[in-house]
Amino acid sequence: MIGMWTLFKKEILRFWKVSFQTVAAPVITALLYLLIFSHVLEGRVQVYPGVSYTAFLIPGLVMMSVLQNAFANSSSSLIQAKVMGNIVFLLLTPLSYREFFVAFLAASVIRGLVVGMGVYLVALLFIPLPLAHPLVALAFAISGSAMLGALGIIAGIWADKFDQMAAFQNFIIMPLSFLSGVFYSIHSLPPFWQKVSHLNPFFYMIDGFRYGFFGQGDIDPGISLTVVAMSFFALSWLTLRLLKSGYKLRG
Amino acid sequence: MIPAIKIDQVHKSFGAFEALKGIGLTIEQGEFFALLGPNGAGKSTLINLLAGLLRPTSGKLSVMGHDVVSDYQRARNALGVVPQELVFDPFFNVREMLRFQAGYFGHGRENYAWIDEVIDGLGLTGQATTNMRRLSGGMKRRALIAQALAHKPPVIVLDEPTAGVDVELRQVLWEFIKKLNRAGHTIILTTHYLEEAEALCSRVAMLKQGQVVALDDTRTLLQRYAGKSLRIKLDPLRIPAGLQPLLRSEDGGYCTLALHEVGQLEGVLAQLREAGVKVEDLQLIEADLEDVFMEIVRQ
Repeated sequence: MIGMWTLFKKEILRFWKVSFQTVAAPVITALLYLLIFSHVLEGRVQVYPGVSYTAFLIPGLVMMSVLQNAFANSSSSLIQAKVMGNIVFLLLTPLSYREFFVAFLAASVIRGLVVGMGVYLVALLFIPLPLAHPLVALAFAISGSAMLGALGIIAGIWADKFDQMAAFQNFIIMPLSFLSGVFYSIHSLPPFWQKVSHLNPFFYMIDGFRYGFFGQGDIDPGISLTVVAMSFFALSWLTLRLLKSGYKLRG
Repeated sequence: MIPAIKIDQVHKSFGAFEALKGIGLTIEQGEFFALLGPNGAGKSTLINLLAGLLRPTSGKLSVMGHDVVSDYQRARNALGVVPQELVFDPFFNVREMLRFQAGYFGHGRENYAWIDEVIDGLGLTGQATTNMRRLSGGMKRRALIAQALAHKPPVIVLDEPTAGVDVELRQVLWEFIKKLNRAGHTIILTTHYLEEAEALCSRVAMLKQGQVVALDDTRTLLQRYAGKSLRIKLDPLRIPAGLQPLLRSEDGGYCTLALHEVGQLEGVLAQLREAGVKVEDLQLIEADLEDVFMEIVRQ
């Protein structure tokens, strides 16, 4: 237990020591999105009755930040340790593959939640926001960041170089998060693209999280949570298998 | 007593390439042991197998009686490995990093005094709160060694610890490692500096192309393989037929003859006298591990 706790603590400190880059920067990015999109679209688009576009946008941006940062935490830690070579110090320890998984995953969840909280608090300065079901919002934030934390571990194990990691981020994480309904309701899409959106697990995370704020969404939050939980378990299973087999870590 | 390291019929293949071909080796507790061999002999592969960074294709390895695969947690607890490459975590300072490293092995505050002892012993006290990135190459090397010792392992493996290290630091390192050995730690060392192995290690294994080609006490090995060399300048430069089998080399007017023992010297001089060859200069040279190494590698 001490070993796992130490690894968790180290992973937290690792991002906290450079919090300007790992927390402040993503908060600023989310705020820029908020300023630009709300400036352009406020008053022109109304997604839910009685909810302004800016208010609609904020939970989406918060969740997007949660997901992207949870992914960034585990993936960047692993790829850096692999490229620098200091991953050897972890591989020499008696930590089991399960402990390794839990520590990296938990740190990713914390990073996701810290950045998400930062975006939320700063956005509150601009516009009051309801919070109809805080526990629902929290459930989606935790399960979503855990899922992306696991995906980050997979990417970190798979990638051998920084450009492979960048490809993973640009061709998988970014499209999935931008095409998930952060900036729009999928009901505004043509039927075909609505169907495609339903294949994107990020859509369920954003929609469920948004339900926590407004008490309404594109889809039943129970279904969304089930999809997110199942995606999380599937990815965790894959991550644990990779870690147990020593894929790309132990020869 | 349980051996510190037991390696039994270990094979390791990478695809079609067989890096280790049935290594068998037992290292007792408290030994100062050298693992020598040319590049590509399989030394690092063997160390990586012990450390669990690689898995054996077949065969068994254990550290302090714990199998490195089936009982890996106990085996790794008993082992400290200093990697060959100068790797470090750029986010933390020396003390933080050492405390984390010991923490992975389940140690908490009770271990802090040991960590400070290691920091002090390796001359890192002034750098304890310096970020790893800012350390000089030599200081990084010390920190790397400290990292392997952070959990106070009974068995310590140093893979080329003095590669690219200046003389002064080498002295500091060896004094510290010798102290650990006196305190009961088993030390296993791979090095290219054969004089280091000769001066420090009581026993030596030589690897060549994935096999152990020599395994003995350092002293016995030195005696068995090379014995002594007799370097003589002759006038005229002519080796009698009876001495031809002993001739090892000829250069610059000097001949080098291989002797197994000092007692042969009298016979050599007698044969030269009988052949009417005058000895102008004579040197008796003790063999060193390098001679043994070269001889075995040549075979």
